[in-house]
Parts: sequence; C-alpha cells; structure tokens
Amino acid sequence: MADWTLFEVFVRSKHGLNHKHVGSVHAADATMALENARELYTRRSEGVSLWVVPAEQITASAGDEKEPFFDPADDKVYRHASFYKLPPEVDQM
Amino acid sequence: MYAQQVDTGSKGLKSLDDMSPEERHFQEKVDAEVRIEPKNWMPDGYRKTLIRQISQHAHSEIVGMLPEGNWLTRAPSLKRKLQLMAKIQDEAGHGLYLYSAMETLGADRDEEIEKLHRGEVKFSSIFTYPTLSWADMGAIGWLVDGAAIVNQVPLQRCSYGPYARAMIRVCKEESFHQRQGYEILLTMMREGTDEQKEMVQDAINRFWWPSLMMFGPSDTNSPNSAQSMAWKIKRHSNDELRQRFLDQTVPQLEFLGCTAPDPDLKWNEETGHYDFGEINWQEFFDVLKGHSPCGIERIQQRKKAIDDGQWVRDAAVAYAEKQKANDAA
Amino acid sequence: MKNDQALIEYLLRLADTDMVLAQRFCEWCGNAPALEEEMAMLNAGLDLIGQARNWYDYAAELLDDGRDADHLAFRRNEREYRNLLIAEQPRGDYAVTTVKQFFFDVWHHLVLTRLTESSDERIAGIAAKALKEVTYHRRRSTEWMLRLGQGTDESHRRLADAVENLWRFTYELADTDDVEDQLAEAGIGAGNVGDAWRAEVARVFAEAGLELPEPARHFYMDGKNGKHTEHLGFLLAEMQYLPRAYPDATW
Ligand SMILES: [Fe+2]
Ligand SMILES: [Fe+2]
Ligand SMILES: [Fe+2]
Repeated sequence: MADWTLFEVFVRSKHGLNHKHVGSVHAADATMALENARELYTRRSEGVSLWVVPAEQITASAGDEKEPFFDPADDKVYRHASFYKLPPEVDQM
Repeated sequence: MYAQQVDTGSKGLKSLDDMSPEERHFQEKVDAEVRIEPKNWMPDGYRKTLIRQISQHAHSEIVGMLPEGNWLTRAPSLKRKLQLMAKIQDEAGHGLYLYSAMETLGADRDEEIEKLHRGEVKFSSIFTYPTLSWADMGAIGWLVDGAAIVNQVPLQRCSYGPYARAMIRVCKEESFHQRQGYEILLTMMREGTDEQKEMVQDAINRFWWPSLMMFGPSDTNSPNSAQSMAWKIKRHSNDELRQRFLDQTVPQLEFLGCTAPDPDLKWNEETGHYDFGEINWQEFFDVLKGHSPCGIERIQQRKKAIDDGQWVRDAAVAYAEKQKANDAA
Repeated sequence: MKNDQALIEYLLRLADTDMVLAQRFCEWCGNAPALEEEMAMLNAGLDLIGQARNWYDYAAELLDDGRDADHLAFRRNEREYRNLLIAEQPRGDYAVTTVKQFFFDVWHHLVLTRLTESSDERIAGIAAKALKEVTYHRRRSTEWMLRLGQGTDESHRRLADAVENLWRFTYELADTDDVEDQLAEAGIGAGNVGDAWRAEVARVFAEAGLELPEPARHFYMDGKNGKHTEHLGFLLAEMQYLPRAYPDATW
C-alpha cells in the first residue's frame, strides 16, 4: 500500500540546459514533492530549477535517454572526496 | 554485497536459439551493451530479479544508516559531526535513488519496505554488526564503503538503465565516504593518544572479516550468478571483487600502521595478489538467517519509525486532499 | 556590561541554540516518519551546525583565551550553555518537533533578517548566509504546521497538545533582556522581535485551526542566562561524551 504519490523529478542544472529527468520522489502533494526533490537531488547544488510531475500523468514512449552528471557544490566542501587531504601513498582512494 | 545471494529463479542458461523472438532481441541488446529502459520488453525473471536485487540494495543503504547513526549524537567535533551527518544523509539519498530505480520496474516502495520489516527480504550482513567506538565510524567509511565502491563501480554499466544511472550518482558520492572514514582513522593513528590507536586497531579487528564477507560466498558455479552475469546485472564474480578490494585495501592498512586479524594475509609474488585466510562462512550464513548481533534491533528500529510515522503521512495525505477540494471549489 | 562582553554572550546564545537544535535533529536519524523527512531534517541540522560554527568561531576570537569553536561547543556545561529553552526540549513526536521548529524558525528568521543590517560586518555576513537557509526552514515548518493542523483529527490533537506543552517557553522568543537591549541600541544586535513573532504565529495558528494562547510569561527558567530545564544536561552529556572522556585526544 502506497502512502504518498510518486512524482517524477526534472532538474535544470546551472548551465542553462533543459530540465532533465533525474529520478522520482514520494510526496503527499506537489509542494512537498518539490521540497523532497530539492533535498534529494540538489544537495550538491546540482540545479537551479526543479519540475515535479505525478508519475501517473506521464505518458511514455519506449526509448533511451541520457542522464546528466551533476556539478559539484561550492558550499558543503566536506561532501567531496577532494576535501580529505590524504598522503600521496593512499591518495588514489 | 549490498544485495547478497539474489535468487534469479534460473536453473541454467538458455541459449539464444531456445529463446522467444522477444527474449532473443532483449538478450542481443544486453550483449551489445545497449541499456534496457523501463518501457522496453524484458523477461519476467529479469524484472523480478532486478526488483529483488535493487530493493535489497536500497534496504541496505537505509538500514546502513543505523550503525553510523548510533554515533551521530556523539561525534567528537563540529567538523566530524558535519561530515558524518552529510555521509549518513547521502546514504538515505542512495536508498531513495535506488527505490526510485526499482519503482520504474513496477514495484512499490512501501510494499517492498513492508517485506523488509516482515523479515521476508534481507539487507546486507555488514549492517547487523554493532558500532562500539568512534573508530568504528572510520572503519565503516574506509572498509564498508570501500567494499561497496568496488561492488558498485561495475554496476554503473549494468544493463538496466535506471539502475546504472542510480549507481553513477551513488559512486560519485561514495568516494567522499571512504576518504572521510580513512581520514578519521589516520588522524587517530597519527595525532591520537595510545588509547585512540588501540581503538582504531580494535575497530579494524572487528570489521575486517565482515567486510570481506560483504561480497558473499564464492559463486563460480552458481546458476543464479551465471544468469545475473548473462543479464549483465552482475558483472564480476564475488571472489574477483573480493580480491580487488583486498588488493587495494592492504597497502592502505599498512600505511595506517595497523594490522589485519588474519595471520595468513601475505603478498603473493606469483599471482600478484594478496593471499588471505579462510573466511568463516558459518558466521555469514548465521547472520543472514537472523542469528546476528543487531539484525533484530535494526529491523525493529526501521519498522518502528515507519509505524510511528503513519499518522504523520496520513495527515499529509488528508491535508493534500482538502487542498485539492478547496482548489476545485 | 561592556559591549564586547555582551556581544560574546549574544553570539553564544545564537550558537548554542543552533547546536542544541541540531543535536535534536540528529536524534531523528533513522527514526523519521518518512525517508524524505529524514533527508530534510539532516539537511536542516547541517545548516544549523554550520551556522553554530560561524558564531562560535567569532565568539572564540573575541574571547581570545585559547578556546576554539569545538571547545566552546563540547566543553561547556549546562550552566554555561546559553541556548533558548525551546531548543533543548525533547524531540517528542513529529508534532512536538514541528511546533518547536516552527516557533524557533519564525524567531530565527526575524532575528537574522535584522542582523543582516548589523553595524558589525562579521555578524551581518554570517546572518546573510544563514538567512537563506532559515528562510527555507521556516517555509517547511510552516507547511507542516498546516498539514498537521488541518490534516486528520489525530494530527490536529497531537499538534494542539504540543502547543500546550511548549508555549510556556516562548517568552524567550518574544522578550529581550539587558544584553539584547544593549546590543540593539548599539546597532549590533537584533533587539526585540516579539511583536512580529506573535503576529506571524497568530497568522499560521489561524490557518492551522489552533487557538492562540495568551502571551507566555517569564518564569523561573532562563536559558539565555544558563538556567535550563533538566533536559539539557542529558543532551550535553551525550553530545560531549568523547571530548570529555578523552580530553587529550585529537579526533
Ligand atoms: Fe551508499
Ligand atoms: Fe553505504
Ligand atoms: Fe556510502
């Protein structure tokens, strides 16, 4: 039994590209879906704009799509591997 | 690994000639490394196996928050607290990415989570072990996330598109996890007191073997494994991945100035790999069957969180419905 | 009190309150009513600890007695802690957490907004960054007030119970003491935001279907000056365990 509705999430990254599908979230309503998408898909400042669409509202054709990679955040540096200065002997980690 | 011992329902591999035209077309795409997408035709077994594998993987990410969450309120500095919090939060994110990939196969997240809470589906054996000191936060980040990376990197090329893409996002975040773990240990070994150094060695002693067990028993002759490989939802054997993990980990262990609780661990000139001692598989199977230090508590905690939260989720739904009705009026 | 002395007090209040609230968020880890809420609470917690660190750093510089931010967070006891009482209250159920957070977020937002205009540039800078985060926190807790208030009978009852339990601590949000008044006069502190706080709370209460109580009156407790409820001691005992048990350790 599903408590909340499934919403598909689309993110527009900083570089002025189109919105791209990144995954989905569960939420009781669209406002909450937007916030949940913000928490989940833009933790490393991967986006400047978000769309959420109830999954059941999407009519899909079969086919392949490409997924975006995400830009690093400039704020929460400790989320990034390069923040952890390791000696050269073990730095390939 | 995070999804251990996934049943494919397969008794042996079919040849292309034995397949229906649809299945044959599907297998040819897989063989040609073309990603399968949600709306594409796929064999029932493939769908079911993937749901099992991805849900177990997702459950492991979520349950895996608990051993580290155990020290979140006791992290020893502002920096360490921020790092651990961000790390645990990433794991919640990984769980959600994976559930999201799983739902593209027609499975329902809440239903799959209920199966976990009823004990019908497993999560990774590693998360049934207790975290007994702060050094365990280091050992987990370094060894457990390290093992997870070895397993997850090849899955970025797995045949199912949404799963592969989830893995790409996950892998990008994982290397921070492993490094923060190693840095915790390195700081304690280099700048810490004798007591802290003992803490580090003790944590390694406890997490060493369970980390090696994460890859699962040898699967060279397993029909499940052969099928998963043919479907390209598993890309290397358990032993191969375990060896890869060990080979990269031992030099890091030595650099720390610590030892492994394995007298047989040594470099083998001939093979170019590290040899290691016998893994206690009885412990592994016991743990999977529920005879484990914290397995029961982990599930109880997850179940309680979701059960206690029912009224909150219900309230959100009721509110959303009222808003909709107001908008319509 | 000299302005510098007052400023240190003021910074510690801001820092300690952030820190204690973040610690309560940490307690939700693994226990939230939905995975999405887990993410959201950890995010808010990260924001608060980041802010606490900025305030502690500044306080440590002014103190100039060898103590750093970690020392201030992890080595001061409950009589030395300066957090608002509302922050240290147990996390309770999700209604309690929502109400606590909502009362605080509204206050925090008003205070930070004013602090962006502080004559102390360091404060203005920290506040400007924090304000972005807290604007989002306030939006989220306000939405949850409405969801729980208008949701089901049970959620409404739990929310009303939480308000009844927590309202008594809100005089600290609506009142100021000498330290705050002095810094406001000097153009450094935010001063009294009580009227705006009460107006915003009244607006949301009306929409959530909650009755607005009479203004809370000062009683024995005084978190800003180190007179806390019994809950804080246990929170700090847990949070400070490692630095206190291993005073010579480096983590
Ligand atoms: Fe993960
Ligand atoms: Fe993990
Ligand atoms: Fe991880």
